[in-house]
Amino acid sequence: MDTFVAPALSYSLLSPILIVLGGAVLAVLVEAFVSRLIRPVAQLSITLGTLVLSLAQVFRIRHASSLTAAMGSVAIDGPAILLQGSILVIAILGVFLIADQEHFTGLAAAIPGSSEEREAVKSGEKVTEVYPLTLFAVAGMLLFPIANDLITLFVALEVLSLPLYLMAGLSRHRRLLSQEAALKYFLLGAFSSAFFLFGAAFLYGYSGSVSLAGIHDAIESSPGNIVLLLIGMSFLSVGLLFKVSAVPFHAWTPDVYQGAPTPVTAFMAAATKVAGFGAMLRIFYTAFENSYWDWRPLLTVIAIITMLFGAIVAIAQRDIKRMLAYSSIAHAGFLITGILALNKSGLDATIFYLFAYGIATIGAFGIVTLVRDSSGEVTDLNRWAGLGKRSPFIATVFATLLLAFAGIPLTSGFIGKFTIFSAAFESGNKAVVVVGVLSSAIAAYFYIRVIVLMFFSDPVEDGTSVVIPSFLTRVTVIASFAVTIFLGVFPTPLLNFISSTATFLR
Amino acid sequence: MNPANYLYVAALLFTIGAIGVVVRRNAIVVFMCIELMLNAANLAFVTFARINGNLDGQVMAFFTMVVAACEVVVGLAIIVTIYRSRRSASVDDASLLKR
Repeated sequence: MDTFVAPALSYSLLSPILIVLGGAVLAVLVEAFVSRLIRPVAQLSITLGTLVLSLAQVFRIRHASSLTAAMGSVAIDGPAILLQGSILVIAILGVFLIADQEHFTGLAAAIPGSSEEREAVKSGEKVTEVYPLTLFAVAGMLLFPIANDLITLFVALEVLSLPLYLMAGLSRHRRLLSQEAALKYFLLGAFSSAFFLFGAAFLYGYSGSVSLAGIHDAIESSPGNIVLLLIGMSFLSVGLLFKVSAVPFHAWTPDVYQGAPTPVTAFMAAATKVAGFGAMLRIFYTAFENSYWDWRPLLTVIAIITMLFGAIVAIAQRDIKRMLAYSSIAHAGFLITGILALNKSGLDATIFYLFAYGIATIGAFGIVTLVRDSSGEVTDLNRWAGLGKRSPFIATVFATLLLAFAGIPLTSGFIGKFTIFSAAFESGNKAVVVVGVLSSAIAAYFYIRVIVLMFFSDPVEDGTSVVIPSFLTRVTVIASFAVTIFLGVFPTPLLNFISSTATFLR
Repeated sequence: MNPANYLYVAALLFTIGAIGVVVRRNAIVVFMCIELMLNAANLAFVTFARINGNLDGQVMAFFTMVVAACEVVVGLAIIVTIYRSRRSASVDDASLLKR
């Protein structure tokens, strides 16, 4: 009988995740034992403190690289550190938006329209469970892009998804819509997790190993049954493509983005994309690298239909949150282009794009939270008419962020699109570049239509106005605006930093 | 017995689950079909562990069970909330977001 050997963990390398998980557990305890009056402040300080501490820790280990941090389950390398840093920055900005408790229901368990709900609203009680849920989701997101075996990948996927399902249902206004969004997100998310798991089973069957390195070696020496590999790869990809909302697995995206409370939408749209694409990058660049001949054609088709579908359907949207949802589908297509490139510049470009897009998304949804009337947020695009005349500053910031989504020069979006398409061109995949540029042009139409609507049409008198933002919301909006412009004008420092550090450790 | 047969059963269970998710309308039944799919994956893992002669697949099956239990907690919470506000757990009734 072998003696049991305790696993050796290098805690300093794992500390960004452990700090966030510790903070989440602490936040649950605060939720249970601290009086209602000081809970919002306590929860907000714990959440922000945890995230900042974790970011500091990521910064401290930025030159580290190790495959043995948790007995081979996670890989700490350049892309891991960069993606974790991006997720934490986005999460901090997201928590600034979530701190505006105006968007969350006082009592999630109360039936909409019931007397309990009215009492909860009247007493002004705040239920702050959204903070621990956010922290758990962030912990899963930090683990997802660094996971180096199928078990860790699956657990991280669920740890990041489960809190998000609940957070989608916490809206204060239009609660039925919000609950419906939670139900849809949950059922479709669980459905795709089952596909992911079934794919993982077949990859394990093919390679005899659950580690990504083991799968890579098995593909290289090609011992097994290729059918197992193909089933495994395609089912696993379905699960991943669902998370990043690529067509044809996008059906949940518009509904959930629209139904969820807007701060949650902001956090989810930005951070889940970084985590999901981070994991996709690692899986496709390390495990599936040598079978690219099998997956590249299909993924090219998915990238093309995702870009075109997102851009074309967004034109028909009358709701700002749905429009941003379809725009995020189109951006998922652009990001898949970076994965298809399968070269060093593709990796660098995707990481840069994820950061730039995430920051701009947080800012854009942050502004959506500010446009309100007496019954809550106004998301109908027609009622945004003339916003530029009433609140020129907010409208200008929103216009800039939309231009960044469209990829107009002097914004981060242009640099992101340029680097990602040149990486794809370098890899010889010209079809995808042509379609990408074409759908960027289509997408520019509906972004610019919103800008024209805001600045060049007469305001309608229906009580729509931009509320004075809280301090934290203002910080998010201004930071997102500043980063978007800065990365558009001086992208070189970040691009250089990414290209010098981003190398996958195998 | 040839272990490949267990894989056929796993594939069959997975297909039944997937079809159930698509055709059934009650959220609880849809959810049970998803659980069936997860268990199909578990059966495949354990079978492959036997074929490959190592324990990784069995370990994975344990993790899946724990994760599936967590999913039940979250899923039933959401389904019960929506049932209480609508008096129905049909996924077809939840269509306010389609316009």
